[in-house]
Amino acid sequence: MLQKIYDWVDERVDITPLWRDIADHEVPEHVNPAHHFSAFVYCFGGLTFFTIVIQILSGMFLTMYYVPDIINAHASVYYLQNEIAHGQIVRGMHHWGASVAIVMLFLHTLRVFFTGSYKKPRELNWVVGVLLFFVVLALGLTGYLLPWDMKALFATKVTLQIAESVPVIGGIAKTLLAGGEIVGASTLARFFAIHVFFLPAALFVLLGAHFLMIRKQGVSGPL
Amino acid sequence: MAQNGSKVTRRQFLTYTLTGVGGFMAATLISPMVNFAIDPVLKKSGAGDKVKVMSLDDITTEPQRVDFKKQTQDAWYEFEETLSAWVYKTDSGEIVALSPICTHLGCQVSYGADPTRPNEYFCPCHFGRYEKDGTNIPGTPPTAPLARYEKEEKDGFLYLGSPISQK
Repeated sequence: MLQKIYDWVDERVDITPLWRDIADHEVPEHVNPAHHFSAFVYCFGGLTFFTIVIQILSGMFLTMYYVPDIINAHASVYYLQNEIAHGQIVRGMHHWGASVAIVMLFLHTLRVFFTGSYKKPRELNWVVGVLLFFVVLALGLTGYLLPWDMKALFATKVTLQIAESVPVIGGIAKTLLAGGEIVGASTLARFFAIHVFFLPAALFVLLGAHFLMIRKQGVSGPL
Repeated sequence: MAQNGSKVTRRQFLTYTLTGVGGFMAATLISPMVNFAIDPVLKKSGAGDKVKVMSLDDITTEPQRVDFKKQTQDAWYEFEETLSAWVYKTDSGEIVALSPICTHLGCQVSYGADPTRPNEYFCPCHFGRYEKDGTNIPGTPPTAPLARYEKEEKDGFLYLGSPISQK
Protein backbone atom coordinates (compact mmCIF):
# COMPACT_ATOMS: atom_id res chain seq x y z
CA MET A 1 0.00 0.00 0.00
CA LEU A 2 2.64 2.52 1.10
CA GLN A 3 4.89 1.30 -1.68
CA LYS A 4 2.08 1.92 -4.21
CA ILE A 5 1.50 5.47 -2.95
CA TYR A 6 5.22 6.12 -3.07
CA ASP A 7 5.49 4.73 -6.61
CA TRP A 8 2.52 6.81 -7.76
CA VAL A 9 4.11 10.03 -6.46
CA ASP A 10 7.60 9.04 -7.60
CA GLU A 11 6.42 8.30 -11.12
CA ARG A 12 5.08 11.84 -11.43
CA VAL A 13 7.43 13.95 -9.33
CA ASP A 14 10.62 11.83 -9.28
CA ILE A 15 11.24 12.21 -5.54
CA THR A 16 13.78 9.39 -5.21
CA PRO A 17 16.86 11.52 -6.07
CA LEU A 18 15.73 14.09 -3.48
CA TRP A 19 15.91 11.81 -0.44
CA ARG A 20 18.71 9.67 -1.90
CA ASP A 21 20.85 12.78 -1.90
CA ILE A 22 20.16 13.31 1.78
CA ALA A 23 20.12 9.71 2.99
CA ASP A 24 22.85 8.05 0.95
CA HIS A 25 26.24 9.12 2.12
CA GLU A 26 29.34 7.31 3.16
CA VAL A 27 30.01 6.80 6.86
CA PRO A 28 33.77 6.31 7.05
CA GLU A 29 35.03 3.48 9.23
CA HIS A 30 36.77 5.77 11.72
CA VAL A 31 33.49 7.48 12.67
CA ASN A 32 31.44 4.28 12.94
CA PRO A 33 31.09 3.03 16.55
CA ALA A 34 30.40 -0.48 15.17
CA HIS A 35 34.03 -0.61 14.00
CA HIS A 36 35.78 1.28 16.76
CA PHE A 37 33.70 1.83 19.86
CA SER A 38 35.63 5.01 20.69
CA ALA A 39 34.08 6.53 17.57
CA PHE A 40 30.95 7.24 19.66
CA VAL A 41 32.42 10.71 20.18
CA TYR A 42 31.35 11.42 16.60
CA CYS A 43 27.70 11.00 17.68
CA PHE A 44 27.52 14.19 19.73
CA GLY A 45 26.66 16.43 16.79
CA GLY A 46 23.76 14.20 15.81
CA LEU A 47 22.65 13.94 19.44
CA THR A 48 22.67 17.74 19.70
CA PHE A 49 20.44 17.94 16.64
CA PHE A 50 18.15 15.22 18.02
CA THR A 51 17.81 17.13 21.30
CA ILE A 52 17.09 20.35 19.41
CA VAL A 53 14.32 18.59 17.46
CA ILE A 54 12.78 17.55 20.79
CA GLN A 55 13.11 21.13 22.03
CA ILE A 56 11.33 22.49 18.96
CA LEU A 57 8.50 19.96 19.20
CA SER A 58 7.91 20.25 22.94
CA GLY A 59 8.26 24.04 22.71
CA MET A 60 5.61 24.23 20.00
CA PHE A 61 3.21 22.30 22.19
CA LEU A 62 4.00 24.34 25.30
CA THR A 63 3.00 27.58 23.56
CA MET A 64 -0.52 26.17 23.26
CA TYR A 65 -1.00 26.93 26.94
CA TYR A 66 1.73 29.40 27.89
CA VAL A 67 1.09 33.16 27.90
CA PRO A 68 3.94 35.71 28.14
CA ASP A 69 2.27 38.09 30.55
CA ILE A 70 3.46 39.02 34.04
CA ILE A 71 0.07 38.38 35.67
CA ASN A 72 -0.65 35.05 33.99
CA ALA A 73 2.70 33.55 32.92
CA HIS A 74 3.40 31.65 36.12
CA ALA A 75 -0.25 30.62 36.50
CA SER A 76 -0.33 29.30 32.94
CA VAL A 77 2.87 27.29 33.49
CA TYR A 78 1.45 25.90 36.74
CA TYR A 79 -1.79 25.06 34.95
CA LEU A 80 -0.20 23.32 31.97
CA GLN A 81 2.09 21.33 34.24
CA ASN A 82 -0.50 20.24 36.80
CA GLU A 83 -3.89 20.30 35.12
CA ILE A 84 -3.20 19.18 31.55
CA ALA A 85 -2.61 15.52 30.63
CA HIS A 86 1.13 14.77 30.37
CA GLY A 87 1.91 18.41 31.10
CA GLN A 88 4.68 17.38 33.44
CA ILE A 89 6.24 15.22 30.74
CA VAL A 90 6.03 17.81 27.97
CA ARG A 91 7.37 20.60 30.16
CA GLY A 92 9.93 18.20 31.61
CA MET A 93 11.20 17.35 28.12
CA HIS A 94 11.68 21.05 27.37
CA HIS A 95 13.21 21.81 30.77
CA TRP A 96 15.72 18.94 30.87
CA GLY A 97 16.23 18.95 27.11
CA ALA A 98 17.52 22.51 27.37
CA SER A 99 20.36 21.36 29.63
CA VAL A 100 21.00 18.23 27.58
CA ALA A 101 21.25 20.31 24.40
CA ILE A 102 23.95 22.50 25.90
CA VAL A 103 25.88 19.52 27.29
CA MET A 104 25.76 17.71 23.94
CA LEU A 105 26.72 20.87 22.10
CA PHE A 106 29.72 21.29 24.38
CA LEU A 107 30.83 17.66 23.90
CA HIS A 108 30.45 18.07 20.13
CA THR A 109 32.60 21.20 20.27
CA LEU A 110 35.25 19.33 22.28
CA ARG A 111 35.27 16.46 19.76
CA VAL A 112 35.70 18.84 16.84
CA PHE A 113 38.45 20.66 18.71
CA PHE A 114 40.45 17.59 19.78
CA THR A 115 40.21 15.88 16.39
CA GLY A 116 41.35 19.11 14.75
CA SER A 117 38.31 19.01 12.49
CA TYR A 118 38.10 22.80 12.41
CA LYS A 119 41.25 23.05 10.27
CA LYS A 120 41.31 23.91 6.59
CA PRO A 121 39.02 23.51 4.65
CA ARG A 122 36.44 23.44 7.47
CA GLU A 123 37.18 26.80 9.17
CA LEU A 124 33.90 28.31 7.99
CA ASN A 125 31.92 25.45 9.46
CA TRP A 126 33.67 26.01 12.81
CA VAL A 127 32.65 29.65 12.69
CA VAL A 128 29.05 28.73 11.94
CA GLY A 129 29.23 26.19 14.78
CA VAL A 130 30.39 28.83 17.24
CA LEU A 131 27.51 31.09 16.13
CA LEU A 132 25.17 28.13 16.71
CA PHE A 133 26.64 27.75 20.19
CA PHE A 134 25.78 31.39 20.94
CA VAL A 135 22.26 30.99 19.55
CA VAL A 136 21.62 27.93 21.73
CA LEU A 137 23.02 29.69 24.81
CA ALA A 138 20.75 32.66 24.05
CA LEU A 139 17.79 30.29 23.72
CA GLY A 140 18.63 28.90 27.16
CA LEU A 141 18.94 32.40 28.59
CA THR A 142 15.68 33.77 27.17
CA GLY A 143 13.79 30.57 28.02
CA TYR A 144 14.93 30.77 31.63
CA LEU A 145 12.84 33.89 32.26
CA LEU A 146 9.60 32.57 30.78
CA PRO A 147 8.19 30.59 33.80
CA TRP A 148 8.30 33.95 35.63
CA ASP A 149 9.15 32.52 39.03
CA MET A 150 11.62 33.96 41.53
CA LYS A 151 14.57 32.06 40.07
CA ALA A 152 13.73 33.33 36.57
CA LEU A 153 13.36 36.92 37.74
CA PHE A 154 16.57 37.14 39.73
CA ALA A 155 18.65 35.20 37.21
CA THR A 156 17.55 37.65 34.53
CA LYS A 157 18.37 40.62 36.76
CA VAL A 158 21.89 39.24 37.08
CA THR A 159 22.12 38.68 33.32
CA LEU A 160 21.12 42.25 32.65
CA GLN A 161 23.73 43.50 35.10
CA ILE A 162 26.35 41.49 33.24
CA ALA A 163 25.16 43.09 30.00
CA GLU A 164 25.37 46.50 31.68
CA SER A 165 29.01 45.93 32.64
CA VAL A 166 30.04 45.95 28.98
CA PRO A 167 32.04 49.14 28.34
CA VAL A 168 30.41 52.03 26.43
CA ILE A 169 27.30 50.21 25.14
CA GLY A 170 26.41 48.50 28.44
CA GLY A 171 23.62 50.86 29.41
CA ILE A 172 21.98 50.70 26.00
CA ALA A 173 22.33 46.90 25.85
CA LYS A 174 20.62 46.55 29.21
CA THR A 175 17.70 48.82 28.30
CA LEU A 176 17.33 47.11 24.96
CA LEU A 177 17.25 43.64 26.51
CA ALA A 178 14.88 44.64 29.30
CA GLY A 179 12.70 46.72 27.01
CA GLY A 180 12.64 49.37 29.75
CA GLU A 181 14.16 50.24 33.08
CA ILE A 182 13.19 47.14 35.06
CA VAL A 183 12.77 43.42 34.46
CA GLY A 184 9.03 43.48 33.93
CA ALA A 185 6.14 43.24 31.51
CA SER A 186 8.09 44.31 28.42
CA THR A 187 11.08 42.14 29.33
CA LEU A 188 8.91 39.03 29.49
CA ALA A 189 7.15 39.85 26.22
CA ARG A 190 10.37 40.48 24.35
CA PHE A 191 12.20 37.49 25.80
CA PHE A 192 9.27 35.36 24.64
CA ALA A 193 9.39 36.83 21.13
CA ILE A 194 13.16 36.34 20.96
CA HIS A 195 12.88 32.80 22.34
CA VAL A 196 10.18 31.53 19.99
CA PHE A 197 10.66 33.58 16.80
CA PHE A 198 14.00 35.34 16.38
CA LEU A 199 16.43 32.77 17.77
CA PRO A 200 14.77 29.70 16.18
CA ALA A 201 14.85 31.51 12.82
CA ALA A 202 18.57 32.16 13.24
CA LEU A 203 19.03 28.57 14.42
CA PHE A 204 17.39 27.12 11.28
CA VAL A 205 19.49 29.24 8.92
CA LEU A 206 22.74 28.40 10.71
CA LEU A 207 21.88 24.68 11.01
CA GLY A 208 21.14 24.62 7.28
CA ALA A 209 24.54 26.10 6.54
CA HIS A 210 26.22 23.76 9.06
CA PHE A 211 24.73 20.63 7.46
CA LEU A 212 25.25 21.82 3.89
CA MET A 213 28.93 22.36 4.58
CA ILE A 214 29.50 19.02 6.30
CA ARG A 215 27.85 17.23 3.36
CA LYS A 216 29.86 19.21 0.86
CA GLN A 217 33.19 18.74 2.66
CA GLY A 218 32.62 15.36 4.28
CA VAL A 219 33.67 14.22 7.74
CA SER A 220 37.30 14.97 8.56
CA GLY A 221 39.78 12.10 8.25
CA PRO A 222 41.05 9.79 11.00
CA LEU A 223 43.65 11.01 13.48
CA MET B 1 11.91 -9.22 -2.68
CA ALA B 2 12.57 -12.55 -1.05
CA GLN B 3 14.75 -14.62 -3.33
CA ASN B 4 13.27 -18.04 -2.64
CA GLY B 5 9.91 -18.59 -1.01
CA SER B 6 9.41 -17.10 2.44
CA LYS B 7 12.98 -15.97 3.02
CA VAL B 8 13.38 -12.44 4.26
CA THR B 9 16.39 -10.66 2.83
CA ARG B 10 18.94 -8.97 5.03
CA ARG B 11 17.87 -5.61 3.58
CA GLN B 12 14.20 -6.25 4.32
CA PHE B 13 14.98 -7.39 7.85
CA LEU B 14 16.98 -4.24 8.52
CA THR B 15 14.28 -2.04 6.98
CA TYR B 16 11.59 -3.58 9.17
CA THR B 17 13.54 -3.53 12.42
CA LEU B 18 14.90 -0.03 11.92
CA THR B 19 11.50 1.45 10.99
CA GLY B 20 9.92 -0.47 13.86
CA VAL B 21 12.39 0.74 16.48
CA GLY B 22 12.48 4.24 15.00
CA GLY B 23 8.69 4.39 14.90
CA PHE B 24 8.46 3.26 18.51
CA MET B 25 10.93 5.91 19.62
CA ALA B 26 9.15 8.62 17.65
CA ALA B 27 5.82 7.52 19.13
CA THR B 28 7.10 7.76 22.71
CA LEU B 29 8.22 11.30 21.96
CA ILE B 30 5.13 12.44 20.12
CA SER B 31 2.31 10.74 22.04
CA PRO B 32 2.62 12.73 25.29
CA MET B 33 2.68 15.93 23.24
CA VAL B 34 -0.40 14.99 21.23
CA ASN B 35 -2.20 13.98 24.41
CA PHE B 36 -1.18 17.32 25.92
CA ALA B 37 -2.63 19.18 22.94
CA ILE B 38 -5.94 17.33 22.73
CA ASP B 39 -6.57 17.40 26.49
CA PRO B 40 -9.41 19.99 26.25
CA VAL B 41 -11.48 17.46 24.27
CA LEU B 42 -10.82 14.65 26.76
CA LYS B 43 -11.56 16.75 29.84
CA LYS B 44 -15.02 16.35 31.36
CA SER B 45 -16.71 19.68 31.84
CA GLY B 46 -17.45 19.75 35.54
CA ALA B 47 -21.02 20.52 36.58
CA GLY B 48 -20.69 23.99 38.11
CA ASP B 49 -22.02 24.92 41.52
CA LYS B 50 -25.48 26.42 41.75
CA VAL B 51 -25.70 30.06 42.75
CA LYS B 52 -28.35 31.90 44.75
CA VAL B 53 -30.39 33.98 42.33
CA MET B 54 -33.55 35.38 43.93
CA SER B 55 -36.15 34.91 46.66
CA LEU B 56 -38.90 32.42 45.80
CA ASP B 57 -41.46 34.99 46.99
CA ASP B 58 -40.50 37.36 44.16
CA ILE B 59 -41.25 34.84 41.42
CA THR B 60 -44.47 35.59 39.58
CA THR B 61 -46.33 33.92 36.73
CA GLU B 62 -44.95 36.72 34.52
CA PRO B 63 -41.38 35.94 33.34
CA GLN B 64 -38.85 38.41 34.76
CA ARG B 65 -35.24 38.80 33.88
CA VAL B 66 -32.74 38.19 36.68
CA ASP B 67 -29.03 38.83 36.40
CA PHE B 68 -26.68 36.90 38.62
CA LYS B 69 -22.96 36.44 39.01
CA LYS B 70 -21.18 33.13 38.98
CA GLN B 71 -17.57 32.41 39.95
CA THR B 72 -16.10 30.83 36.81
CA GLN B 73 -12.75 29.13 36.29
CA ASP B 74 -11.33 29.37 32.77
CA ALA B 75 -8.04 27.42 32.72
CA TRP B 76 -5.75 29.51 35.00
CA TYR B 77 -8.08 32.51 34.93
CA GLU B 78 -10.82 32.92 37.52
CA PHE B 79 -13.50 35.52 37.05
CA GLU B 80 -17.10 36.49 37.86
CA GLU B 81 -19.31 35.68 34.93
CA THR B 82 -22.55 37.64 34.62
CA LEU B 83 -25.45 35.45 33.54
CA SER B 84 -29.12 36.12 33.17
CA ALA B 85 -32.28 34.04 33.22
CA TRP B 86 -35.98 34.55 32.56
CA VAL B 87 -37.74 33.15 35.63
CA TYR B 88 -41.47 32.52 36.15
CA LYS B 89 -43.88 30.21 37.92
CA THR B 90 -46.36 28.04 36.00
CA ASP B 91 -50.00 27.88 37.10
CA SER B 92 -49.24 24.57 38.84
CA GLY B 93 -46.48 26.31 40.81
CA GLU B 94 -43.47 24.84 39.02
CA ILE B 95 -40.59 27.27 38.61
CA VAL B 96 -39.05 27.63 35.14
CA ALA B 97 -35.71 29.41 34.50
CA LEU B 98 -34.89 29.92 30.83
CA SER B 99 -31.59 30.92 29.31
CA PRO B 100 -31.89 34.08 27.18
CA ILE B 101 -29.51 32.74 24.53
CA CYS B 102 -31.37 32.33 21.21
CA THR B 103 -30.94 28.80 19.87
CA HIS B 104 -30.66 30.15 16.33
CA LEU B 105 -27.36 32.05 16.42
CA GLY B 106 -26.88 33.02 20.06
CA CYS B 107 -28.34 36.53 20.38
CA GLN B 108 -30.17 37.61 23.55
CA VAL B 109 -33.93 37.16 23.61
CA SER B 110 -36.33 39.27 25.70
CA TYR B 111 -39.82 38.54 26.95
CA GLY B 112 -42.41 40.88 25.51
CA ALA B 113 -39.83 42.84 23.51
CA ASP B 114 -42.18 42.87 20.52
CA PRO B 115 -45.14 45.02 21.66
CA THR B 116 -47.51 43.23 19.25
CA ARG B 117 -46.74 39.89 20.88
CA PRO B 118 -46.44 40.56 24.64
CA ASN B 119 -46.52 36.88 25.65
CA GLU B 120 -43.54 35.71 23.64
CA TYR B 121 -39.75 35.85 23.80
CA PHE B 122 -38.43 37.83 20.87
CA CYS B 123 -34.97 37.81 19.32
CA PRO B 124 -34.14 41.07 17.51
CA CYS B 125 -31.44 39.57 15.28
CA HIS B 126 -33.60 37.49 12.94
CA PHE B 127 -37.03 37.86 14.53
CA GLY B 128 -36.91 34.48 16.26
CA ARG B 129 -39.85 33.86 18.61
CA TYR B 130 -40.53 31.52 21.53
CA GLU B 131 -43.63 30.73 23.61
CA LYS B 132 -43.70 31.69 27.29
CA ASP B 133 -42.39 28.20 28.23
CA GLY B 134 -39.46 28.55 25.82
CA THR B 135 -40.82 26.42 22.96
CA ASN B 136 -39.66 27.81 19.65
CA ILE B 137 -42.46 28.94 17.32
CA PRO B 138 -42.40 27.10 13.97
CA GLY B 139 -41.77 29.34 10.97
CA THR B 140 -39.24 31.48 12.86
CA PRO B 141 -35.46 30.88 12.67
CA PRO B 142 -34.83 28.98 15.96
CA THR B 143 -34.91 25.18 15.64
CA ALA B 144 -34.89 24.30 19.33
CA PRO B 145 -36.52 25.54 22.55
CA LEU B 146 -34.61 27.86 24.90
CA ALA B 147 -32.23 26.09 27.29
CA ARG B 148 -33.40 25.61 30.87
CA TYR B 149 -31.19 26.23 33.89
CA GLU B 150 -30.62 23.45 36.40
CA LYS B 151 -32.51 24.68 39.44
CA GLU B 152 -32.89 24.06 43.12
CA GLU B 153 -35.24 25.60 45.69
CA LYS B 154 -33.62 25.89 49.10
CA ASP B 155 -34.40 27.97 52.21
CA GLY B 156 -36.82 30.20 50.31
CA PHE B 157 -34.38 31.02 47.53
CA LEU B 158 -33.92 29.91 43.94
CA TYR B 159 -30.50 28.52 43.03
CA LEU B 160 -29.46 28.11 39.39
CA GLY B 161 -26.73 25.91 37.84
CA SER B 162 -25.77 25.51 34.18
CA PRO B 163 -28.22 25.89 31.28
CA ILE B 164 -29.30 22.55 29.78
CA SER B 165 -30.14 22.35 26.09
CA GLN B 166 -33.71 21.22 25.39
CA LYS B 167 -33.00 19.86 21.91
